[in-house]
Parts: sequence; C-alpha cells; structure tokens
Amino acid sequence: MPEEPRGLDAIASKSIAEAVLARASEVGASNAEVRVESRRRQYVGLRDGALETSADDTAVGVAFRVVKDGAIGFAATVDLSVDACVALVDTAVDAARRTGALASAPIALAPEPVHGDQTWNGGERIDPTGVSLAEKVALLAAWSGVVSAQAGIDHVQASVSATAEDKYYADLSGTTARQHRVWLHPSVEALSLDQAGGGFETMRTVAPPVGRGWEYLLGEGWDFDAELAALGGHLAEKLRAKSITPGRYDLIVDPTNLWLTIHESIGHATELDRALGYEAAYAGTSFATFDQLGSLRYGSEIMNVTGDRTTPFGMASIGIDDEGVAAQSFDIVRDGVLVGYQLDRKIAAEVGFARSNGCAYASSPLMTPIQRMANVSLEAAPGDGPGLDELISGVEHGIYVVGDKSWSIDMQRYNFQFTGQRFFLIEHGKLAGQVRDVAYQATTTEFWGSLSRLGGSQTYLLGGAVNCGKGQPGQTAPVSHGCPVAVFDGVSILNTRSEAGRS
Amino acid sequence: MSDLRLAAADEVVERGLAAAKSSRRSGACIVIVSDSYDADVRFANNTTTTNGVRRDRSIDVVRILDVPGGRAVGVASGSGPIDVATLVAAAEADAAEASPADDEAELIGGDAAADFSEPPISTDLSIYSSLLPDLGDAFARARASDTMLSGFATHEAATIYLGSSNGLRRRIADRSGTFELVARADGGARSAWAGTGTRDFADVAVLDLEARLNERLSWATRRHDLSAGRYEVILPPDAVADLVAEIYFAMGGLDAEDGGTVFSKPGGGTRVGDRLSELPFRLSGDPSASGLSCPDLLWTGHSSSDVSVFDNGSQLADTAWIEDGRLDRLQYHRAGAQRSGVPFAPPIDNLLLDLPGATASLDELVTRCERGLLLTCLWYIREVDPATLLLTGLTRDGVYLVEHGEVVGAVNNFRFNQSPVDLLRDTIEAGVSERALSREWGEWMERTRMPSLRVADFNMSSVSPAN
Repeated sequence: MPEEPRGLDAIASKSIAEAVLARASEVGASNAEVRVESRRRQYVGLRDGALETSADDTAVGVAFRVVKDGAIGFAATVDLSVDACVALVDTAVDAARRTGALASAPIALAPEPVHGDQTWNGGERIDPTGVSLAEKVALLAAWSGVVSAQAGIDHVQASVSATAEDKYYADLSGTTARQHRVWLHPSVEALSLDQAGGGFETMRTVAPPVGRGWEYLLGEGWDFDAELAALGGHLAEKLRAKSITPGRYDLIVDPTNLWLTIHESIGHATELDRALGYEAAYAGTSFATFDQLGSLRYGSEIMNVTGDRTTPFGMASIGIDDEGVAAQSFDIVRDGVLVGYQLDRKIAAEVGFARSNGCAYASSPLMTPIQRMANVSLEAAPGDGPGLDELISGVEHGIYVVGDKSWSIDMQRYNFQFTGQRFFLIEHGKLAGQVRDVAYQATTTEFWGSLSRLGGSQTYLLGGAVNCGKGQPGQTAPVSHGCPVAVFDGVSILNTRSEAGRS
Repeated sequence: MSDLRLAAADEVVERGLAAAKSSRRSGACIVIVSDSYDADVRFANNTTTTNGVRRDRSIDVVRILDVPGGRAVGVASGSGPIDVATLVAAAEADAAEASPADDEAELIGGDAAADFSEPPISTDLSIYSSLLPDLGDAFARARASDTMLSGFATHEAATIYLGSSNGLRRRIADRSGTFELVARADGGARSAWAGTGTRDFADVAVLDLEARLNERLSWATRRHDLSAGRYEVILPPDAVADLVAEIYFAMGGLDAEDGGTVFSKPGGGTRVGDRLSELPFRLSGDPSASGLSCPDLLWTGHSSSDVSVFDNGSQLADTAWIEDGRLDRLQYHRAGAQRSGVPFAPPIDNLLLDLPGATASLDELVTRCERGLLLTCLWYIREVDPATLLLTGLTRDGVYLVEHGEVVGAVNNFRFNQSPVDLLRDTIEAGVSERALSREWGEWMERTRMPSLRVADFNMSSVSPAN
C-alpha cells in the first residue's frame, strides 16, 4: 500500500502563496515573502544494539514576512486553509505596526534581481526519510555488532538523524522557488570502562554529517566499514594512553576537528548581523567589527576562507535563499585579511551594500528568516600541497588532533577551547602514540596567525554540524565546512583532569 | 491531507484512537495533540528587529502492537492539518517490523477529564500591550545616555491533549514566557544582563530590570585587570541555574549504570546515596512549586534512555534528586526502574535548589566576601569531561571584583573550567532561593528556583578579551 503523502506534495503550495501575496499587495506591502514548507525529521538511536529511540516528525506550515511603512512583521501557522493563510498578512502587518512604533529607523531590504520560477534539488539518490525504520535499525544494529565484538568494548551507542526539507518560496517581486534537499548524520560511539583506574573513555566515529542521501551510509563518500573496524583499537589505545603534560605544542589539526574551529572562530565571527550588534543579547557580537573590513589581519598569509551556498553536498547549499536571493560564493578572508561578511538583505542595506550574498534561512516552517551561516571553508594549499605524513615529518614536538568533541567560544569569538576524539603525540617528525585529557585553547587571531602549513587538496574534507544554533526564538541550522589538514605553531594545551582539580 | 483546516484537538485524539481500534492488529495506542501559540518581540541596538506570532499544532501517535515476546512500538508525528489516520498507519507499520520494546510497561489507566474537550488557550502580541510602550521609553533613555539595549520577549500558550486506548483523556494548559534585557555602554566595554521567567508578563517591569542593569553599569566605571587562577566567587541565582541545570542533565540512570557519567560508581553501579555536599542541599522538581508550577502529567511522543512512551499519563509529584546533600535518585522510566530496583523517576519541568533555612540575600553574601569575584552571568557552557562533569564556559556581561564586602569595580572576562558537582561540594555559603532564569538553558528550562552561592576555588582557566 503506497504511503499517503505527508509533506509538501499534499499541499497546494502555489495557490496558497498566490492568495497570500494577493492580500499583501492589497494592503500596500513594500516587500512580502511567503514560504510553504515541509520538514521531515527522523532520529533512530540504538543502545547496545537494541532500538532505544525513534522519532519521525513531519512539520508543515506557512510563513509570511512583510515590510510595510518601513516596519517588518512576521506571522506563521500550521493551519493551511486558504483563509487562515491569507489572515497571516493582517497579523504580520499588525506585528509590524506594534513593534515598528519602537523602531529607531525605517527598515529596507537590499535589492535583488527577480529570478522567475526556480527549482533546485540537493541531488540525493535515496531520500533517507523514505528508508524504513526496520532498514535503519538493521544497519545500525550491524554497525553496533561490529564494534561491540572488538576487545574491551563495554557499550555502544549508534544513531542516525535524517532530515528532508521542502520549501516553496514566493515573493511580491515575482521570484518563486521550489527546492528540496536532505541531510543526515550517522554516529557510533563506543565506551570502555577502565577496570584498573576506575574511569572510562569513549571514542566516536568522525564520519561527518552531509547533504547526501541514504547512499552515504552505504559507503558513497565515506568508508564506514574501515572506520568501524578501527574504532575499538583507537579506544583501547586511548584508555592506555598517558595523560598530557600541559604546555605549548605545534598542532596538526585534522579536518574532522578543524571544521568546528572554523565554524566557531570564523563562521560566526563574520556574520555581519553579529558584528553590528544585532545578536548582542544572545549569540553575541564579533571582534571582527565592520570598520576593520579590508584591514583586519585574521591570520597568516596562507589563510583563504570563502562563504559558499553552492558547495556540492554542503548542508548550507541551496538555489534561492529565504529572501529570494540567489546562492553565491564569496570571499571572507583573502591572504589572511578580512575581506567579506555573510549577509542578509536587511543587513546588506543597512551598511550600503548593493546586494545580499544570500545567507538568509529559516530553520522551520514557522520561523522567520535570519542571517545564517554559509558553508564557510578554508582553502587547501594550492597545487601539489603536502599530505598528512609530510606535515607530520615537519613537526618536532606536537600533537595531531582527530575528531571533534567539546567546544566553547566567547561572545566576541576570541577565546576558544576545543577537545577531540583522539590526540597523537608527535616527536621528531613521527607519531608517538595517543595521549589523553587534552584540550587546546587559543584566541582566534593568535591561532589563525600561527597557521604555518596547509595540506594539499588530497587532505581536504567537508565536515559540518546539523545543530548550529542562533537567534531568539532559537533556530537550528545545518552547515558544512571544508578544510585541509593544517599546522598551527605553539598552541596552548591544557590537561582536562588537572583543570578539574584532579591529579 | 484533503481538508487543510485544523480539526478540534480532542476530535483529532478520538479519530486517531478510532483508527487504531479499527486495525486488525491487537495492541494499544496513544495520541498526543499539542496546540500552541507563540508571540515574540526581539530588539537590539535600541530598535525592534524580528517580531511576530506563530500558531503550531503537533500530533504524536504511539502505536503499540502485541508481538511474540512482548510489545513493539512505532511512533509517527506530524504538524498542521495532517490526517491523524495517516500517522497511525505509519506508526503501526513501524511497530509491525520492530522487536519487542525494552521499556515495556502497563499503560497508565484513567478516565476522561471533564475539561478534555475545552478549546486550547492562546496568546498574541497583545500580551505586550504594556511592555512595548515601556520598552520604547527605555530605548529613548538609552539613546540619550549612549547605551544600547538588546533583548527578547517571548510568550507561549500551549495546550496538550493526551488520550490512550485504555480510556485516559487529559488536557493540560500551560502558559510560560521569558524577558531578557542587555545593556551595553562604551562600545560594549561595560555591559550587563538581566532576565526573568514569567507566566503572563503582568509581573515584568522594564523599569526594575533597567535599574538593576544601570547599577551594574555604574559598578563598571572602575576596571580591574585580573589574571587566570582559582578564585572565591559569588554566583547569583541566574548563574547558579546555568550550572545546576547541567547536574540535572547528567542524571540519566541508565547512562550512570553503564559507567559513563559523573554519577557512575567506579567498579559498577551508581553513586546514589553519596554525599555531594556537606551542606544539606535539596535539588528537586515539583509540579506544585509556588510561583513555578508546571504540568503534573508526563507526556512524550518517543522513548529515550530514561523516558518511555509507556509512561504517558503518569502523575508527577515533588521529586528530590539531591536530598540533605546526598544524591537521592536518578532518572528512570518505569521499566528501567523495575529492572534496577529503584524508584520510577520521570523528568519534571522545573528545577529547584534549596538550602533549608537559608535566608541570606545576594547582597549579604557579597558583604561576607573578603576578596572574590561576583559572576553575574555565564555563557557558552559545554561539557569537557563527563567523568567529572567538567564544564567549560565564559563569564559575560558583568564580572565584578569584591573586596572587604563591597563591589569595587568590573573585571575582565574569563574562561572557566569547573564541575558543577564540585561547586556544591565547595560552597561556603548559600543564600535564600528565588526564581531564576538560566541565560544558557532558559529556553529549554525556564522554571528554576536557585539560591545565590559563595564558592571557594572556582577555576578561571584563562582570560577572555571579549566584552
């Protein structure tokens, strides 16, 4: 029996949008955007091979944003009857009137060409939300079995989250876009008890979340078999490893860890709404203030960073953003200097830019679009850049960091601290086994200023997160970050046991 | 989805249960409908930014089938006008292929509550009809004094309709909201935050919060640069909520038994019964807490390690997590509790830390501090090491130096590395508990009551140049 349609297929999105925009025209809106959306989210979690959590949620709704008389208002509903949707216009205009009375200046949106009728698809082969629960459980149970059979493993948790997002966008200027994409995140974590010491250690897969379909879990784009086969060995070595001596070390950071440092210290720091103070109450501001555009020395001269909403399989990739702006690729850091920010139309207009670079996104059918992160990526060394082994051979006293774990950064994106899944000591150009209890701590410009070598394109990997939070009410967005292996000189390393006051 | 209009929530519950009953598979069914309305006002740089209203309707279906060896579960959720029968069919299809569930327990029995078919409660921007003009006046004062105000007001009215195939019908109506205000002066070099939870905004006075912020900004006219190290600190209730919430998040019983948390006992078992503090702290959740009451019924659309769909409809009551300074219990669903021989302990939507008999105010704690730091606000708190529950995070929007019982100026920000479990152990003195809002976790845990704490040896790991 075919399943009843649950998502946007079941909704007359075009006719809803036309009715809403007709009313927006009637009331004299200067800008109006309507989004009819479906977002299906699934989560499957196994504990020691048995299903513990499953969730399968399809959210649908209609969102409407208006600019009228220089004020902006928003309204959204899950009531998809045409009259309820049309009523959003008057509700949003009322919101604009009530809150616009307090505004310090009229709001304008940067102009954007009309793009006509667009369609876009992220290009997955197998929609992961269409794969049955039984098939998901079977795959995760098999993975759990592979890991739990390895020596010394006491517990295994395995999970996959999958999302399918369908957006129908239409605005008063005449742009419409029908877009579909998926993303998914698999994870397997093993736990070993330390029978001698009384503690425990864990080791998690570093397979990144991606904007690919179920084919990813079947081996397209990542070798899960190889990673799972090695997990127990990595964990056993970590459990036996000696605790790190704090101090300064040269760091070789793997892309499986560096993506998160890029995300926190470059991605968020170069959001112009933050730099202008619009996130001061919550996410924070930025040390990279707007007056330093074109002059701030962000890092060493080999540092080149782009924002890109067109990256293949990138989780922030799209055709048209949630303000009708076409996806773009743009420079953020060139030769170590800050040269660009991520923008939406309101922020672009406020600083006098001719156009937004397309970073508006609303994370659910009921949310207003805000500026969100593009796929912010660090370029690999040009030409035939070095591989990992060559980079290791050039380090006298250092640590090779693999996989992300704990992260925290301050509200201006200066001071950060990261841990990882595993840390290998480097002595005289050679790996010398794992060490444990490691955290690295630095200030953003000091850290990127210490970037001394980049790996070649053969070391490049697209990592990312499905849980990037921003805004009030909170919105959670997926985003990818590509980078090569990179070397940083003389980074401060802490021992997390002694930080906790333990010997 | 032919009819895009929303049916009444109680009718959706009945329709879903009827669809399950008409199936040829034997078993049970639970349907949960949540109708919610949200109204938000956000502002920054002395101007309003993103504002509006949202109307949501979510439906969770839990289908339970009798299978060889036990009962299997399938779940499906949707929002808006989705046909509940579609969800029942999808959940049943998943259950039909599932193994018997580990968290199986008898469904909670009951009858139909008299208010079950009453309509949902709602809210809209009119909830702010007195707040908005006051905020406009505050913007004007801020512009005149070169101060930038930012913040957020949010209000939600949610009504839950819970029904199960064994006759239980319950309706829960809940209003909640928060208001946060940040003042920044001198380009952010002086800043302060204040926030509060509220049921209806009648008790939110912009002027009071503004006065509190202005006092703190005035403290910051003198500035002291201090280096990293271990300090005596004073934490007001909001900052205590930031840290104590993390203790609550680590209270999973099964995770502790597996050996992977701060509450695991080395060699096996859990630390229930262990003394965490010499002071007789009580950490609890209580649906009937005065001024902080929360729903007294459990509902959930899916199971997790310590919460089970089989427990839907369970009555919640005052539950101590820490009693008399000792770890009293961890979270368990009924099946897990029975396996482990411990009490059933479901989550409760408020968190209350009290030191019985404490009366001191924050100001009195400051008075008794010879030299220390007053940390008004914490931020970006993340777990570094689950074994010790070591957390890292930042101070933000107001760190002050206290000398000889007085605030003598502002201090640079720090990154801290500190376990909240050690915080209870190292508390020198606790004040009277009052309503608090965690800046870090308030969006998910709005109802907390916390004391101010004066704590020895708080680890400031490095200086943060941020302001």
